[in-house]
Amino acid sequence: MANLTLVQAINLALAQEMEKDDRVLLLGEDVGANGGVFRVTEGLHERFGGDRVVDTPLAESGIIGTAIGLAMGGLRPVPEIQFEGFLGPAYDQLCTHAGRMRSRTRGGLTVPMTVRVPVGGGIHAPELHSDSPEAIYSHNPGIKVVMPSSPYDAKGLLISAIRDPDPVIFFEPKRIYRAFREEVPEAEYTVPIGEARVVREGSDMTVISWGATVLQCMNAIEESGRDIELIDLRTINPLDMDTVATSVRKTGRAVIVHEAPMTCGVGAELSARIMEQCFLHLEAPVQRVTGFDTLMPYYKLELEYLPDAERIGKAIAETASY
Amino acid sequence: MPVDCAFQTKIERVSILDEHGVFDEQLGEGLIPDADVVKLYRHMTLCRHFDEIAFKLQRSGRMGTYPENRGQEATSLGAAYALEDEDWLVTCYRENAGLFWRGVDPEKILLHWMGDERGNDIPVKATPLAIPIGTQMLHATGLAWASKYRGDGGIACTFFGDGATSEGDFHEAMNFAANLDLPVVFVCQNNSWAISVPTRIQCSAPTIAQRGLAYGMHSVQVDGNDIFAMVKVVRDAAARARTENRPTFIEAVTYRLGDHTTADDARRYREQDEVDAWKGRDPLLRLRNWLEHRDLWDENQEQAQRAENEATVSAIVKRAEGIEPPTTDDIFKWMYADTPPVLEAQRRTMRTSSLGQGIDGSGS
Repeated sequence: MANLTLVQAINLALAQEMEKDDRVLLLGEDVGANGGVFRVTEGLHERFGGDRVVDTPLAESGIIGTAIGLAMGGLRPVPEIQFEGFLGPAYDQLCTHAGRMRSRTRGGLTVPMTVRVPVGGGIHAPELHSDSPEAIYSHNPGIKVVMPSSPYDAKGLLISAIRDPDPVIFFEPKRIYRAFREEVPEAEYTVPIGEARVVREGSDMTVISWGATVLQCMNAIEESGRDIELIDLRTINPLDMDTVATSVRKTGRAVIVHEAPMTCGVGAELSARIMEQCFLHLEAPVQRVTGFDTLMPYYKLELEYLPDAERIGKAIAETASY
Repeated sequence: MPVDCAFQTKIERVSILDEHGVFDEQLGEGLIPDADVVKLYRHMTLCRHFDEIAFKLQRSGRMGTYPENRGQEATSLGAAYALEDEDWLVTCYRENAGLFWRGVDPEKILLHWMGDERGNDIPVKATPLAIPIGTQMLHATGLAWASKYRGDGGIACTFFGDGATSEGDFHEAMNFAANLDLPVVFVCQNNSWAISVPTRIQCSAPTIAQRGLAYGMHSVQVDGNDIFAMVKVVRDAAARARTENRPTFIEAVTYRLGDHTTADDARRYREQDEVDAWKGRDPLLRLRNWLEHRDLWDENQEQAQRAENEATVSAIVKRAEGIEPPTTDDIFKWMYADTPPVLEAQRRTMRTSSLGQGIDGSGS
């Protein structure tokens, strides 16, 4: 057991999976000698060599497209896209190939690939370094989408993702890369993809979030003094509706919090499913606290854009008294 | 002050059996055993007949959109012949000849165009037809990379058209393959047209082959309607890939004698004179003449082959049309290795929502 940051937990998961399975290789921009711009792959190039930690040409579609070929060729590639804002060029490869290959070949060819992508705002980064595109990729069938909110989950989910027989986008909330430490077992373990986590139990209301905003939710809940259940989705696609619906049927009230814009966000999907599955239990309309339907502003205004404990607190108070 | 030459090269054009029947003995003699040339010719006639029947199936409403291969048979066939079964073929959708040679059941290709994904399940080292333009070369690059990583001696050969060389992924694939030293053979089938857009709009350089030079890889132009030349350049490229882990770019100059697909009408944008000129360069015609001049083929054999092709293709069509239609389970069952609960409920109920409860039966 060690007290690790999220970055260290991911690094540990990568190292352990590479040690265990020589089909696992890392590729991307600056992942080699530099250890990645966030140092997530630090030390791995030295330890495993240039054949297994590969600095590629600077081309996102090329990284994902060749990783698809590596995966179809029997390997377990873990490509890194440096920032979520640069995932766009690889959208075509992800959605027209990675997510479709198993189905269109009736299982003949598969793409067991884990795409690691730092995600979200809050670190005063330049333009297109702070977005939250998880809904875009969750809308595309065939791709699993994961976003941990803690070092423990990050290690366990990443190991699950690497071992998963299908493509997984593993979004890493960069705001909490080093925000706090947590006890993370040295021994290998997995956190299953597709299972949400009840972060704290409560009976008055359910707050649902994922990624860096889970921390903001916890702050808001503590400040509210109410008995609120907090669910960390952990996996965006497939959604663990059992955990969500069980909770909302118990509490009758739900608030959904995410960084991405509201319209067609994951909150919309969750809200619709809560309405379908928990209608007679609802004491209040489902509320969403999200990024605005605007561009992510430059960093002088990013904290005003991102849901914080104050905005979440307002939604909690309104929903509680509805 | 003289200006130094930083780099100078040339693009070679390889032709062995030209459109006038002239055969380069030095390059061509012994390249392919006579018995194999006969086999390759017979295979091309089968593919041509398959093409004609597929076209008719679409016209008579028995099959959806189909892209004719007519005129381009030598290109992919020459490549497939020059490669090993362990090498990946990463095609677009006009390479029936190469795929059938590799062992893909022609029935599967019909199934694909009949709207049935089971047509993509092919138990050979070939990826299924790629519909988006120019994206599959990256997969070939990755597959070649996997072979190099594992040291299994395999390489990857990918096919695409002149239009695809305008796509970003084409350039990324070439750049990755060259800079990471990957055993890939890139075969551009320059067939003059990307639907209605001529090659000049995709590339204003004298050759498309020059594009390969820019990535530092060996690049060559070849008569794509000359099976001998195709076999030679792909064999050379495969050797370079296997022994040096270096990619090769091959511009195979050929021509799409048919429309882009059955949904297209090429008379809208190209002159009949141009098509007629290329009919004289037909790879089948050229090879048949060569065989007949060497007493390896005659009219009787041609007649017998035609009858055999008719019976073969007729049986293929019968099998493809006779296959049980897929069930609705097939929509869901291949999306993930483990079907998530929401998808399982959608499969079971064939609904996505129901009032007052989740479709899985859990509810208010």
